[in-house]
Amino acid sequence: MTWSAETLARAHDIIARYPQRRSAVMPLLYIAMREDGRLTDDGMRQVAELTGLTPAQVQSVASFYVMYKTEAQGKYLVSVCSSISCFLLGADDVLHAVEQAAGVPAGEADEEIGVEHAECIGACGGAPACLVNFELVEGLTPEKAKEMIEWLRNAKPDVINADELQTLFGGRRSFDWAIKEENGAIGPYPAFPPFGTAAHNTQPLEPGRRPMSNSQPAPLEGGTS
Amino acid sequence: MNQTLVLFRRMTDYPADSHTLDRYLETGGYEQARVALGKTRDELVELVKSSGLIGRGGAGFSAGMKWSFLAPARPAYLVVNGDESEPGTFKDRQLLERDPHQMIEGMIIAAVANEVHEAFIYIRGEYPKPARRVQQAVFEAYERGYLGPNVMGTGYHLDITVHLGAGAYICGEETALLNSLEGRRGEPRLKPPFFPAAKGLYMLPTIVNNVETISNLPHIVERGIDWYRDLGHDVDTGTFLFSISGHVKKPGNYELPHGITWRELIYDVAGGIRSDNELKAWVPGGASAPWFVPSKHLDLQITKSVTDTSGSMLGSGAVIVMDETTDMVAAAERLVRFFAEESCGQCTPCREGTTWLDMILRRMLDGGGRAVDLDLLYDVSDNISVGVGWPPKQTTICPLGPSAVSAVKSLLEYFRPEAEEHISRANRVPLAIKGVGA
Ligand SMILES: Cc1cc2nc3c(=O)[nH]c(=O)nc-3n(C[C@H](O)[C@H](O)[C@H](O)COP(=O)(O)O)c2cc1C
Ligand code: SF4
Ligand code: FES
Repeated sequence: MTWSAETLARAHDIIARYPQRRSAVMPLLYIAMREDGRLTDDGMRQVAELTGLTPAQVQSVASFYVMYKTEAQGKYLVSVCSSISCFLLGADDVLHAVEQAAGVPAGEADEEIGVEHAECIGACGGAPACLVNFELVEGLTPEKAKEMIEWLRNAKPDVINADELQTLFGGRRSFDWAIKEENGAIGPYPAFPPFGTAAHNTQPLEPGRRPMSNSQPAPLEGGTS
Repeated sequence: MNQTLVLFRRMTDYPADSHTLDRYLETGGYEQARVALGKTRDELVELVKSSGLIGRGGAGFSAGMKWSFLAPARPAYLVVNGDESEPGTFKDRQLLERDPHQMIEGMIIAAVANEVHEAFIYIRGEYPKPARRVQQAVFEAYERGYLGPNVMGTGYHLDITVHLGAGAYICGEETALLNSLEGRRGEPRLKPPFFPAAKGLYMLPTIVNNVETISNLPHIVERGIDWYRDLGHDVDTGTFLFSISGHVKKPGNYELPHGITWRELIYDVAGGIRSDNELKAWVPGGASAPWFVPSKHLDLQITKSVTDTSGSMLGSGAVIVMDETTDMVAAAERLVRFFAEESCGQCTPCREGTTWLDMILRRMLDGGGRAVDLDLLYDVSDNISVGVGWPPKQTTICPLGPSAVSAVKSLLEYFRPEAEEHISRANRVPLAIKGVGA
């Protein structure tokens, strides 16, 4: 999809935060995912154009990071942690329950739900844990995980809100968090402004922030590409 | 045993709004940034050096020393490492979500000390909520003049950008993080010559510090060196955040002084083992650390030096507890698999070695283990880290490869009979039936 003027303006805002344009590749790749639901060749070309790289360079960067998905992940990507602390408390059973309930094996997706295993998601005190569109649910059991998948299928929420999921399906947490959040995720990428949240295009640059000049082509020796 | 609340103080006292600027200001916030803005680089570096503050990201290097090594070229950058991905570690998430202004004030102090006007917070991609919280705090700080072109009316200019990763543990390694922040693949750089303090972000001098390290700074500036040293134990000054997980009754993050024993940590602080089972082993400092066992280590003091000389490390402060029901081959496989998945692939010993270790452990679990497998595990480990000793010898660009050896080394050292059991004849399934290839 061609990016709208509004989205392009956001992209330029982001580029202006960094001393060099290239640094904006990662946030722009997330925008590209939001635009097309996954990372497409067109999206990567757009990012390349904006950052002054070749499409091949952008693809080389994108392919390094597991959160940039070139395959469609459905509307809800469920990432079940299978690292050590979750494993010790039954993560494999949770992953199994998710696969069974969704009818989707880990690593695959249907129109609605994608399932994958994740490495430690920093919720080990609330193990076993998973992410839905990168929003955290802790203290799962296989039964609750199954209910969660059924709920996603039936309720089809537009926005994934961590507090809601945790209240409905979660258990023990790594630490308490009393404050409710209205925001949530709208696709299989992290809900962080300017991408992924319902209010994705509204946040301006911080008040008083001076955009970087982006002019000096500082030396680039040494870094690998 | 009570916690020693310093970094966790505000969020414990004001759980409902410890993350807001209003609460932060009401509890003395940003006063220490003001103090720091009135000091020179030398004064601040000296202060942090003599506080004994050790980096909390895992490598355990003196923060003040690191600052003093910053090369003279300018601009210089400050990068806070919030990539927290070491299995078992979740303390930085709590600091980011629940007291982001404490870190931002720490960043102002570190920026002044290192003559930095542009700073970044690199947060792992799987932490959108902490990132939103921090972004909100940064926004508030700009709005009220604690960041921007005229920090607190002093004319000091500081910009902070929140940067989200995209799912790669290796980006926690500081040079990989800098590559990532430059918009490249997150592959570690060779040190030397690419020490961040000399050739960091865009090949310019850069300070990389962990979230917890930075969050300590306002307290050191406020209460001084003697107070900070007294909090700790001998050379291990200040408090330490432990992330405790696994088979304990009360997992969680705890802020404690150095110098208590593992027995106190596991049985008092974390409430003991679930169902009052027997403790079998624990990982004392993140997935990279060799295991400890109750027969040898339970009454050791938890300090950096004691842990280092006992064959492991405190690392990122992640304590993973395993009870008597744990299959140690399965635990080792799970730890090794992590490193195999997260290897960036630049170095052959790491890329191939971790994959082989995982394959061998997996076939042992699947009933396809062979009599030679334990020797083979040692052999492959020896290829990744010569001598399989401690601290591990490094054949690779970064320490990730050698880290994968820790679990295998521990398995062979403490649980060899259990591993042999897995490959005893009774468990063997003909390979043809299992379809196990290699
Ligand atoms: C494989 C690997 C992963 C690392 N991951 C992290 C991490 O997630 N967070 C962190 O702060 N440091 C991590 N480190 C340590 C950093 O390289 C660096 O030493 C640290 O951020 C410096 O901050 P400190 O001196 O305040 O500890 C990692 C190191 C290695 C080798
Ligand atoms: S040791 Fe492994 S992770 Fe580190 S640079 Fe080499 S291949 Fe990459
Ligand atoms: S091991 Fe699952 S969240 Fe850390």
